[in-house]
Amino acid sequence: MSIEVRGVSKAFGSFVAVNDVSLMVPTGELVALVGPSGSGKTSLLRIIAGLERADRGQVLFEGEDQSVRDVRQRGVGFVFQHYALFRHMSVFENVAFGLRVRPRGRRPSKAEIQSKVNDLLKLVQLDWLSDRYPSQLSGGQRQRVALARALAVEPQVLLLDEPFGSLDAKVRQELRRWLRRLHDEIRVTSVFVTHDQEEALEVADRVVVMNQGRVEQVGTPQEVFDRPATPFVMGFLGHVNVFHGRVEAGRAHLGPLSVEYPEHAEETARPAQGFARPHELELGRDAAGDGFWATLRHVNPAGAVIKLELEDAEGRVVQVETTRGPFDELRPSLGERLRVRPRQVRIFVAPLPPRD
Amino acid sequence: MSSRATREPAAVRLTLTATALLFLGVFLVLPLVAVFAQALEKGWAAYADALREPMALSALELTLLTAAIAVPLNLLFGLAAAWAIAKFDFPGKNALVTLIDLPFGVSPVIAGMVFILLFGRQGLLGPWAEAHGLKLVFSVPGLVLATLFVTFPFVARELIPLMQSVGTDEEEAARVLGASGWQIFRRVTLPNIKWGLLYGVILCNARAMGEFGAVSVVSGHIRGKTNTLPLHVEILYNEYNFQAAFAVASLLALLALVTLVAKSAVEWRAAAERASHAEDARVD
Amino acid sequence: MGFTLLYLALVVLVPLSTLFWKSATLGPAGFWQAVSAPRVVASYKLTFGASLVAAATNGVFGLVVTWVLVRYRFPGRRLMDALVDFPFALPTAVAGITLTTLYAPNGWLGAPLERLGIKVAFTPLGITLALTFIGLPFVVRTLQPVLESLDPEVEEAAASLGASRLQTIVRVVMPALVPAWITGFALAFARALGEYGSVVFIAGNMPMKTEITPLLIITKLEQYDYAGATAIAAVTLLASFMLLLTINRLQSWSARLGSAQ
Repeated sequence: MSIEVRGVSKAFGSFVAVNDVSLMVPTGELVALVGPSGSGKTSLLRIIAGLERADRGQVLFEGEDQSVRDVRQRGVGFVFQHYALFRHMSVFENVAFGLRVRPRGRRPSKAEIQSKVNDLLKLVQLDWLSDRYPSQLSGGQRQRVALARALAVEPQVLLLDEPFGSLDAKVRQELRRWLRRLHDEIRVTSVFVTHDQEEALEVADRVVVMNQGRVEQVGTPQEVFDRPATPFVMGFLGHVNVFHGRVEAGRAHLGPLSVEYPEHAEETARPAQGFARPHELELGRDAAGDGFWATLRHVNPAGAVIKLELEDAEGRVVQVETTRGPFDELRPSLGERLRVRPRQVRIFVAPLPPRD
Repeated sequence: MSSRATREPAAVRLTLTATALLFLGVFLVLPLVAVFAQALEKGWAAYADALREPMALSALELTLLTAAIAVPLNLLFGLAAAWAIAKFDFPGKNALVTLIDLPFGVSPVIAGMVFILLFGRQGLLGPWAEAHGLKLVFSVPGLVLATLFVTFPFVARELIPLMQSVGTDEEEAARVLGASGWQIFRRVTLPNIKWGLLYGVILCNARAMGEFGAVSVVSGHIRGKTNTLPLHVEILYNEYNFQAAFAVASLLALLALVTLVAKSAVEWRAAAERASHAEDARVD
Repeated sequence: MGFTLLYLALVVLVPLSTLFWKSATLGPAGFWQAVSAPRVVASYKLTFGASLVAAATNGVFGLVVTWVLVRYRFPGRRLMDALVDFPFALPTAVAGITLTTLYAPNGWLGAPLERLGIKVAFTPLGITLALTFIGLPFVVRTLQPVLESLDPEVEEAAASLGASRLQTIVRVVMPALVPAWITGFALAFARALGEYGSVVFIAGNMPMKTEITPLLIITKLEQYDYAGATAIAAVTLLASFMLLLTINRLQSWSARLGSAQ
């Protein structure tokens, strides 16, 4: 079941939550909506579910317009950030709920419900807890029950709203991987919302980066990370060093950096920003090539990747990441002046102001 | 606000609202209006006369006196009890809490009766009281004591859960910083509980001024001496002096309205304070 | 601490113990006679029955009122919300005379009802109506915080799973409200059992017909039958005590259920 969002907009009073968003989610894909708070991702998710109504635009499932359909009729499974489990029902009863409230004609028999629920609980590895109550479960277990409950009604579309947001770091990691494996197994078209870019990049087939109600970029995790379309996307996904400056006459002068930029051959200068990820900067001791001098201020040696913090001549902080090998070869000492050389710089030139 | 998924159909909403309003209208609004309508039946002049009548005035005086004694005392008790319960663990703590709730569950008539049993002429401590020249029933002191009994839970009941939920962290921090007991109370504890305290006092006062059953048993109904406003209302009514009865009653009804307004004001202020301290809701 | 205990002892324990002491003076046989006389039993039946019906009425309508106040928006909502506490704030004697005047044969409500052949004043119906007035805030104020704190996401979850609005309310919302509902009912019931001031005017106070137990106690006191009065009071106290216990149990039970989050 594919999902298409066409020109959807939604405002709450004077606050525009979703601003003319269009999106395609092919059948069977796991797509992440990622962005900071207020970017509109949860509102968009809820509009897809039918829990909110868009002011403008349409939501289509496999080409069929869902706008007139109530959330009950859309056949979506929804998993909430705070689980929303029915406190007074056992785990079994929670998962069975969707099947039990079906109208007489479509309701499975007691035996069928029993076997289906047990299968699902086995799938989420919680069959041994089927008689417990939500208050007796850990956060991770509750979320898995919520997932099983949503899957029980065989939804065509699975929607998850920050599903791991309430859990602590280690549990989040485990459940992330678990969700990925689950999706590979059952292949339901899924959309999940997260503000954690690491999570989005790790779990999703495709990533939709949102900011202030708009879509900044859609692509595979590799695409959005390596070839970000806008400064926002670059800055939001992963760590980044920003160099502010200008482009003129075929060169970019960005803070301490000066590199060739043939795309702007004109004499008139335009403001620009250069982005380089910490692992895209190299450290050395000779003055060859485009680069600049900076003083080593801080080294964080814990882990496979070593994080270094340097200060340039103007006191601006630069983050560099390198692996053990090159680091051991270099053996830098604190306070030493080192040459910082970018392997790659992504330059974004400020757009021209709109003409009156 | 509910989303589309969690709203009932309009027809249902309309019916429920109409039913609720009808029920409230009959049971709340009508009686409220009726008190004042009856009081003013014979016009404003008669209304004013009924209120200026000497017996009515002395009843008013006694009511105010009773409240002036009972409320501060119960305030102190409430503070002490809530403090002890919220901050210490001791055997019988649960029993204490239940005991504090007791006057709530006891009929006011029984409360009054118990005092007669204690201090009446045939009562347990009757002879002792008489020997010491203390007349504790059918007198003002007995009245005050009975009122004290029925109103003492109000402040405590408000403060106990409040102080328990506030916890002891802030006071401990203050102590570490070197504050004395009194300073801690005044600067840390009091601001946290001030709305609950005010709320409890308002309710305590309303009950103290309006108590009827317990006081009726204990007072002896001596007009001009041991009649509070509610008792005076009863006397006037039983004499078929309806308009005067309602005139005096309207004073008490006004007190009730003032209580409601004060109560709402405290609730709104407390909620506003809580909201400004809480984080903003997520809007994504 | 010491102050608290002393205060409690003086104001509560000592008075109450005298009650049991006094009724004990009757001896078991005398006690039984005092509490089982036909007039006394009639008063129990009346008081208990009327209180039960009043509390049940408040249970039903209180639920509707709470739902409407919490979930719907309409002009005058805030006013109505504040007004719910009116019976609680109003002195019982004032309530008593007002209700009597309202439901008397020539009263605003009594007159139309009289034309329909329904007599209210000086009948058990009148007593029940007065007790309903008194108990109104208890159900509403107990239910309100619970209803207000219900997570709307849980209802959205039920809807997303295909439940109709009615199914969601019956299967998901109501169970969450039941403990508070029962507590409110019990509180209204307990209050009604001991109520005096609001009822004594409208009741008519005819022995065997419209005499409530609290009034009977006062009558006995005025006749100096202290022992009899205390015996009856002891029975009433026992009933109140059981109710209080139930309420406390319910509150700790619902606190345990609610601790899931």
